[in-house]
Parts: sequence; C-alpha cells; structure tokens
Amino acid sequence: MTYFGKIFYGIKTLWTGMKVTGGYFFPNITRKKYVITRQYPDEPAVVFPRFKGEVVMWHNENNEHRCTGCQACEIACPNGSIEIIWKREVDPETGKKKKMLDQHIYHLSMCTMCSLCIQACPTNAIMWSTNFHNATYDRGLLTKVLNKPGSKLMAGVEE
Amino acid sequence: METNTQILSTEDLRSQEYFLNMGPQHPATHGVLRLLLTMDGEIVKNIEPDLGYIHRGIEKMVEYDTYRQIIHVTDRLDYLSSHMNNEAVALAIEKALEVEVSDRIKVIRTMMDELTRIASHLLWWGVMGMDIGALTTFMYAFRDREMINEIMEKTTGARLTMSYNIPGGVMFDLHPDFVKDVKAFIPHMRKVLPEYDRLLTGNIIFQRRMKGVGYLSAEDAISHGASGPVARGSGVRCDIRKKAPYSAYDRVEFDEIIETGGDNLARYQVRMREMYESLNILEQLVDNIPEGPYQMPMRTLIKLPKGEFYQRVETARGEFGVFIVSDGKKNPYRVKFRSPGFSNLNALIQAGRGVKLADLVAIMSTFDFVIPDIDR
Ligand code: SF4
Ligand code: SF4
Repeated sequence: MTYFGKIFYGIKTLWTGMKVTGGYFFPNITRKKYVITRQYPDEPAVVFPRFKGEVVMWHNENNEHRCTGCQACEIACPNGSIEIIWKREVDPETGKKKKMLDQHIYHLSMCTMCSLCIQACPTNAIMWSTNFHNATYDRGLLTKVLNKPGSKLMAGVEE
Repeated sequence: METNTQILSTEDLRSQEYFLNMGPQHPATHGVLRLLLTMDGEIVKNIEPDLGYIHRGIEKMVEYDTYRQIIHVTDRLDYLSSHMNNEAVALAIEKALEVEVSDRIKVIRTMMDELTRIASHLLWWGVMGMDIGALTTFMYAFRDREMINEIMEKTTGARLTMSYNIPGGVMFDLHPDFVKDVKAFIPHMRKVLPEYDRLLTGNIIFQRRMKGVGYLSAEDAISHGASGPVARGSGVRCDIRKKAPYSAYDRVEFDEIIETGGDNLARYQVRMREMYESLNILEQLVDNIPEGPYQMPMRTLIKLPKGEFYQRVETARGEFGVFIVSDGKKNPYRVKFRSPGFSNLNALIQAGRGVKLADLVAIMSTFDFVIPDIDR
C-alpha cells in the first residue's frame, strides 16, 4: 500500500467505527432513544424478587415466627454466619421443659449469600430479603438478631 | 555529526538489563498479579510471575467443609465463570455417588453455562478494548452483558457469584420469564456482534496491536498446559465440551472454534466466534427444556465413598478440573482445583518474551486472566 493509501485506509476504518457510535449518539440527542443508564439514587434500582440481599426471618402480624431453634441452618452455613442461642423453657401445656429459640444471630458481614441455610431449614423460617442497602459505618451494625424482640413460636409449626 | 542510531549502537551506550515490577497494583493486570519483568530498554526479555497476593487457601479451607459447602467457594475462583466452576464440583460429587440427574437439570445447567460464557467473553471484550485504549467498547459490552445479568438475577438471585448448582440439581427452578428473556437476548446479541466487529475488529490501530503480536506455538501451548481460547487460538483442539461431553453438550450441535494464527488476533477471533456458537447452543435448547424435577433426592449430609474422583469442565477460560480424594467421611480428604488461569499464565511467559512492554499489556488482555483463579 502506498503512503497515502495507508492514511486513507486508516481513516476509512476509523470512520466505520465512528459510524457505529454516531448511530447511537445522534438519535440520542434528539429523541433519547437509546438511553439505558439508570440514574440510580434518583431512579429506583431494579431488583428482582429472588435477589439475595440478606437473610431475614419471617414474622406474622402477631409477632410470631416459625423458627424452632433446631440449629440446622447453623450447621449448614459454611462460614459460621449464623449462631443460634437457645434456651429451655417450660411448655405451658405439657409442663415439660423444651428447647426454644432465644436469639437467631446473623452476621451479614460474613455471609456469602449461598442459600444453604434457607435450603436446610425444615420449617421455612428464614428467607431472602431483597434489601441491598446494607452499607454502614460500623461493622458491628451488620450483626443482626433475626427474631424480633418479644416474638414467639407460631403454633403448629413443630408438628 | 552522528545520527541517533549510531550513538545508540556504540558499545559504551549499549543499554543495560533492568528489572521492572508490573503490578501488583497495575490496572492492566486486572487484579493483584505481579510480573517481574527483565527489560532491555523497552523489550521484555523475561517474565517471572510472582503469585500469592490473593491466595486464600481455598483448597485447604474446603477440607473442613462438607460436600454441599464446597460449591459456594468455587464461585470465588474464577468469578466470571462461577456457574461452570459450581457445576464441576456438583458433577464430581454426582459422579462419585453415581447419581443420574434429570434431563431438565442437564439442560438448565448447559444453558446457564453458555449464558455465563457469553457474559464472560463480553466482559473480556470490553475490558480488552480499554486495555489498549478504546474506552467505547467497555460501554457497549456492559450494555449487553446487563441483559444476561438480569436473566441470571431473575433465576438465581445473584448476578455474579451465583452458587446455583447443588449436588443433584440446581438451587431453584427456572424463573417463568427465563425462556422469554433468552429468546429476546439471542436476536439482540446476533444484532450487536457484527456491530462489535465494525467498532473494533476492523480498526487499523487495533489490527496493528493484535496481528502477529504475542505468538504462541501449538507445541508451547501444549507443553505449558494452556487450555481454552488461548490454546485454541494456537490450533490445539482442547474443548472439553467436545472431548468429554458433560451435561447436555452431547445432544447439541456446535463447532469447536479453532484458529491457527497463535497471535493476539487469533485468540481474539476464537472468543468472538465462540459467542456465536454459544448462541447456537442456546437456540437449540431454549425451545425444548424438558419437564422434570430440578433437584434429585439427595441426603442432607453427603458422604462420598472412598476413592478419588475427577471431573473437568470447560469454563470461559479453559479447562477447569476438580479432583476430590475421599476417605469416606463427611469432609473431603483433599481437594485440588485445576484452574485454567494458572496454566495459561505459564504460556504467557512464552508468548510475552521479546515484545515491547506496551504489547505485553495487549497480550495479557487476550490471555484473559482472572487473578483469583490463578492464586486460589
Ligand atoms: S446464605 Fe450461606 S453464608 Fe449466608 S448465612 Fe446462609 S448459609 Fe451462611
Ligand atoms: S431458622 Fe430454621 S434451621 Fe435455623 S434454627 Fe430456626 S428452624 Fe432451625
């Protein structure tokens, strides 16, 4: 190729690429046709229902949960993100002492979002929440107690 | 008056070899990889990779995990091929237990594999453009990769580290929108891939950076254990999907992409053409996802029989192997991951000798390293 031929060829290939970007640029300044960027803090983020944000425990309106304190999730968790503290309480009906959940402690800072605890739970007490606004200034705030204060076991779960 | 060339060729002005650190914080290494370069002027004489900056001891760590728990750490090896890595472990465990999974599981896994492969190649394409100075490619690749990420997020709940496979199946069933989304994605991708070619492949500057740079011969590729697009760019047939089909790869028709150039452009073309092949595979499977269970019945606590089990899969970067030694307990006795990046890094030493420093960046991009995969 001659010297000028090379220059011409170079400009031609550049022009081919510029045509692609121009094909997006010019419709955009007039009609905003291809704008796909979501301006996140101003626009809400699109999160799908299965998104694994953090583990939460489901409570009904009477502040009852389904967790029996069986520790299956604690054993299933690969990195010790879950700690179950249980207590023995007297069952008001039978009068016998029974293992009950005291605190379901969840370390969000260590969780790898693997879903193993949720698969392991025999009573479907825990589930995923799509909340991803988890940034804090203090790491301690990421250790959460999942059962709400004063909550108790839902009737009929243990059968 | 002497010309510059004459001055440089006089004996006492001959340049001296020196060492140059590339990384661990160099942006073009895409992570914490340190290359110790022996330089002569601007020519790279030798490359000595120094590893371990992101070593997490995963192989040792999983010796204390149960078999179900191993899978989620393999996400953190090659995070761009996380689904394939998961699958390798799941397949190894299923092989050891002699469990035959349903057709639905096989097809789901294969489709997810191919989506992950396209997503990984798209990221590579965008970032490679950035490495050699073309910022636009990154925007285009990420626009289209977002579609895959949304498909993934809908079904698996995560965009990158999916942990979707479990021994004997997958974690959740497919999202009802999955087929519709994939069907929308395939024609879109077929439309934008030629656009990518117009944008970058034909560009004269790009061609100059790619053609004939970083030559890796087929013998070197084999003797250094390179695999994936790196070896296929040198003309080595090494696609595990063809050699030892797993999941549903034995029932789909696709070509193994081979380029014989051995240079940057060949590796580039392999990946670009592989995206078309992945679309072909998706197209064949998307209309006939069989019905059936998405999890096979398995014990909660899996114990493998005594013995050694190996399973390999083709990730976006090459051959990924899982070697499990079991002594019959609930944890493995030893687990070894054969990661594609580590072997490809050895081939880089061969391909990167004698090039200019700026070309080394281009070569590293076409080798497509993921550093956590190298270090484990
Ligand atoms: S998602 Fe995984 S890491 Fe997180 S708490 Fe559950 S089992 Fe543990
Ligand atoms: S959350 Fe489920 S698995 Fe965990 S202790 Fe409660 S009932 Fe058991």
